[in-house]
Amino acid sequence: MLKVIGAKSIDDLFLDIKSRHQPKSFNIPSGLSEFEVLERVRGIASKNDARLVSFLGAGFYDHYVPEAVTALTSRAEFYTAYTPYQPESSQGILQALYEYQSMIATLTNMDVVNASLYDGGTALYEAMMMAIRINRRKKIVMDGGVSPIYRKIIRSYTSNLDIEFKETPIVHGRADREAIKNILDDKTSAIILQNPNFFGSIDDHTDIIKQAHKLGILVIESVYPISLGILKTPGEMDADIVTGEGQSLGLSLNFGGPYLGFMATKEKYIRKMPGRIVGQTEDKNGRRCFVNTLQAREQHIRREKATSNICTNVALCAIQAAIFMSLLGKQGLKDLAQLNLDKAEFARKTLEKIEGVEVKRSSPTFNEFTICLPKKAKDVVEKMVQKGFAAGFPLSRYYPEMENYLLVAVTEKRTKDEIVLFANNLEGALCS
Amino acid sequence: MQLIFEKSVPERKGFQVPKSDVSMKATIPGAYIRKIDCLWPEVSELDVVRHFTRLSNLNYSLDANFYPLGSCTMKYNPKFTEKAASIKGFANLHPVLPQLDGSLVQGGLEVLFEMDQLLSEITGMDNFTMQPLAGAHGELTGVMLMAAYHRAKGNKKKYIIIPDSAHGTNPASATIAGYDIVSVPTDKNGVLSLKDFEAKITDELAGVMLTSPNTLGIFNSNIDKIADAVHKVDGLMYYDGANLNALLGRARPGDLGFDIVHINLHKTFATPHGGGGPGAGPVGVKKSLSKFLPISRVIKKDDHTYALDYNYPESIGYVAPFYGNFSVILKAYAYILMLGKEGLREISDHAVLNANYIMARLKKYYDLPFDRTCMHECVFSASKQEKNGVHANDIAKFLIDKGFHPPTVYFPLIVKEAIMIEPTETESKQEMDPFIEAMIEAAQLSESHPDQFKDFPKNTPVSRPDEVKAAKDIICNHFLKK
Repeated sequence: MLKVIGAKSIDDLFLDIKSRHQPKSFNIPSGLSEFEVLERVRGIASKNDARLVSFLGAGFYDHYVPEAVTALTSRAEFYTAYTPYQPESSQGILQALYEYQSMIATLTNMDVVNASLYDGGTALYEAMMMAIRINRRKKIVMDGGVSPIYRKIIRSYTSNLDIEFKETPIVHGRADREAIKNILDDKTSAIILQNPNFFGSIDDHTDIIKQAHKLGILVIESVYPISLGILKTPGEMDADIVTGEGQSLGLSLNFGGPYLGFMATKEKYIRKMPGRIVGQTEDKNGRRCFVNTLQAREQHIRREKATSNICTNVALCAIQAAIFMSLLGKQGLKDLAQLNLDKAEFARKTLEKIEGVEVKRSSPTFNEFTICLPKKAKDVVEKMVQKGFAAGFPLSRYYPEMENYLLVAVTEKRTKDEIVLFANNLEGALCS
Repeated sequence: MQLIFEKSVPERKGFQVPKSDVSMKATIPGAYIRKIDCLWPEVSELDVVRHFTRLSNLNYSLDANFYPLGSCTMKYNPKFTEKAASIKGFANLHPVLPQLDGSLVQGGLEVLFEMDQLLSEITGMDNFTMQPLAGAHGELTGVMLMAAYHRAKGNKKKYIIIPDSAHGTNPASATIAGYDIVSVPTDKNGVLSLKDFEAKITDELAGVMLTSPNTLGIFNSNIDKIADAVHKVDGLMYYDGANLNALLGRARPGDLGFDIVHINLHKTFATPHGGGGPGAGPVGVKKSLSKFLPISRVIKKDDHTYALDYNYPESIGYVAPFYGNFSVILKAYAYILMLGKEGLREISDHAVLNANYIMARLKKYYDLPFDRTCMHECVFSASKQEKNGVHANDIAKFLIDKGFHPPTVYFPLIVKEAIMIEPTETESKQEMDPFIEAMIEAAQLSESHPDQFKDFPKNTPVSRPDEVKAAKDIICNHFLKK
C-alpha cells in the first residue's frame, strides 16, 4: 500500500504534524485481551447494587422489557448502520422509524412526531425553543409540576439567551389555575405543563389550554407514555407540542442513558419542529418507500439557520420503543397501565395504614405518589437500603422545604408480597 | 413491505401482561381518562419478530460490508463491548440511586471517573464531562462553557469564527448558544487561510470552532499559530472531535492550543451508531474552564471511594438529566482498555494509511481538488463526471448496486460534487480493493454510458425515492393519511 501511495513509511504520511505538535504525554495503560477487559468490567459492575427492590421513579421507571425487544434491537443490521442518508439501503430503519412516529402519534393523539431527540429533558427544551420560533415571543411560564431535573436542564440552556421565565406554584398537587391566569399575557410564548406531574398527580389541562390559546400562547405538555394507556391524552386536551421520556417503552435504566426523547405536534407546526422526520413517498416504480424528509430545516443544510443543531439522535432507541409498542399492542397498553395503577393503589392503601405516614393525594395519581413521613425522608431511605429496598425519591433533593416527603413509584414488576414487605420494613424503619 | 399496522388482527396479542396479584381494581374519574383508543398494532410476538427481522434485512450495515462514509468514522464495533454494556449491574442501575446512598453505585461512578482520566490524557485536556448525549450536544455544551467563561470575566464577546468547511452542527450549535457566526474561507491548500482569519479577529471574538484534521482530511500545520492569535484577544479554541481518529497518539488537541474539545464516542471509540444514535459527546476542557463544567461531577475521595459532587457554583448546570449516555460510555471504556496505548496509536496509523491508499488509486479517475497527502479521509469531486451529466449522487447510487455503502456526497459544501471517503483503520486492503474497482468502473461508465446512471440502484428493495413528493405531500403518520 505504501508503494502505491509513494511513501516510504507511515510516518511520511504525517509530515503535516510537525515535531512541535507531538503529544506532551500519552500515558495510557497497555492493552488487554477481550477476556481480561470483560473480567475487569464485571468486577466494577459488582460494586453496584442493582438488586434492591425498587420503588424509585422520579420520571424513570423499572418496567419489564420483553426478551423479543432485546433480541431484535441486537440485530447488527440495525445497530451497526449509520443515519439513513441513502434511503435505498436503509428502508429497514426508515420504515421502523415511520412506524415509531405513527405509534407515538396515536399514543398522544397528535398529528406528527419526529424520529427522536436525546431524552425527555432536552426534548422539553427543544419544544420551548420551537414555541419561541413559532410565535416569536420570549416569555415562558413553567408549572410547578414540571420535573425539577428538566427545569434545571432548560435553565442551563437558556442562560445566555434573552428569555424571561415565570414559575407558577402547585396547589393541592395540581397546577394553580389562579396563578396561571394571572401570569399569562400576550407576551407569553408558551406554558409548560407535565402530566402526571413530578409529584405523581394527574390533571386535565383542557381549561388552561383553552385560556392560553385565547392569548396566542402555545401549550407544551410533558407526558409519561405508559400512563397514556388510561389517561386523557394531550391531543384530547388540545396541547400544541408534546414531549416525553420514552425510557418506559422498552428501554433499560442504564444508569441514566441512552434514553429516548419523543416529540409530537400539530400538523401546522411541522416545519418548525426540530429533528429528523421520516416521510412516506414512492420510488420511481410506484412502490411505497420511506425517506428523511423536510431536511431543509436541519443543520446539515441550513447551518446557523437550522431549527436545531441535532444530528445524531437516538434512532436505535426509537426502534426499540417501536418493537415494544408493537408487542404490547392496543390492549396490552391498557392492561399494563391498569396494572400499574392497581399496584400503586394497593401500595398507597397499604402505606397509608402505617402510623405517621400521610399520603399526599388531593387529586388522583397514576403509578407514583408522594408520602409524608414523621422523619427526614433521606434518613428513612438510607435505613431502607439496608433492608434491601430503594424506597423512593426524597423530595428534599430539589425542594429543601419538603424534608419529610418521599416520592414512591410502583410498576407492574412489584409483587404484592414485595409491597407488603416494603410497608412492614418502612414501619420498622420509622419506629427505630 | 407491509407496515406493522397492516398486519394487525383484532384482539391478537404479542405480549402477556402479568395477571394482577393485588385484589383491587383502581379507577380514575372520567374527566381524566382518554376517550380515543391508542391504535398500536394487534400482532403476535412471532409477527413482531418476523416484521422487524425482515425490516433489518432491508438495511445495509457495517457488519455486512464496507461503509466508507466520510466524516462518520464507521469502524468495526467489537462485539465484546456490547456484552460489557449488558451486564446487569449496569443495565438495571437506576440513575437516581446515588441520591439514596452513594455506595450503591460505586461501579458506575468508577467508570465515569476513569473515562474522565483516560479521555483527558488522550486529548491533552484537564477535565471531562460525560454528560453530552451526542456530538452536536457536546458542541452546544462547549459553546455554553465558552459563554460562561466570558461572562465570568466580564468579556463582551459577540461572535464565533467557523471555517466554511465545517460540519453544519458547528454554526447551528453556536447560534443556539447565542452567538453570531463569522465564516472564514478555505485557502488553495485546503486549510483555513491565516491571513483571512487574522483579518476577522477583534476583541469581540468569543472563540473559534475547528475540526482537525478538517473535513477535507487535512491537518493545518498553522493550528498553534491560530490558537495564539485567538488567545491574544482572550478568545477560546474549540476542537470538534469528529476527526480525532486521525490524531490518536500523534497529536493532542490540548497541546495544539485548544481549550475545549468534544469527542464523538460513536466515531473514534467504536461504539455503534445505531442507525442514527445513541451517540455520546463527552466534552473536555483546560483547567481555566473546569469550574464551569456541568454538574454533577464525579470525584475520587481520599478513601478511594467515588462520589457525585454538585458544589460548583459557577457551573453551567445540567445539560442532560444524569451522567450522559452511560452504556455508550461504558462500551467506549471497554474499547480503550482493550486497545491500550499501542492499540490507540495504531488506529491513526492505519486510518491514515488506508485513506491515502484509496486516494492514490482513485486520483487518476476523479478530480482531487486538494492534491496532497491526506489524513483519515480524502475528498474527491465528481466534476469530471458531471461534464457527462453524471453527478456525485449518481455515482453513490451506482455503488449501492455494487454492494457498498457510498461515501458521503455533497459534503464538505466547499467542494463541488464532493465525494468524501473515510475507510477507517479496521478495513483491510482486501476489503477496500473491490470498492476501489467499483469506483473506477463508475468513472469509466460515466464516459462510455453516462445515460445508464439514472437507473441506479436497480438491485435494492426500492429504487430512487421521490424526495420532492415526500416533502410536498407530507405523510409521516400512518393514522393521518389524506
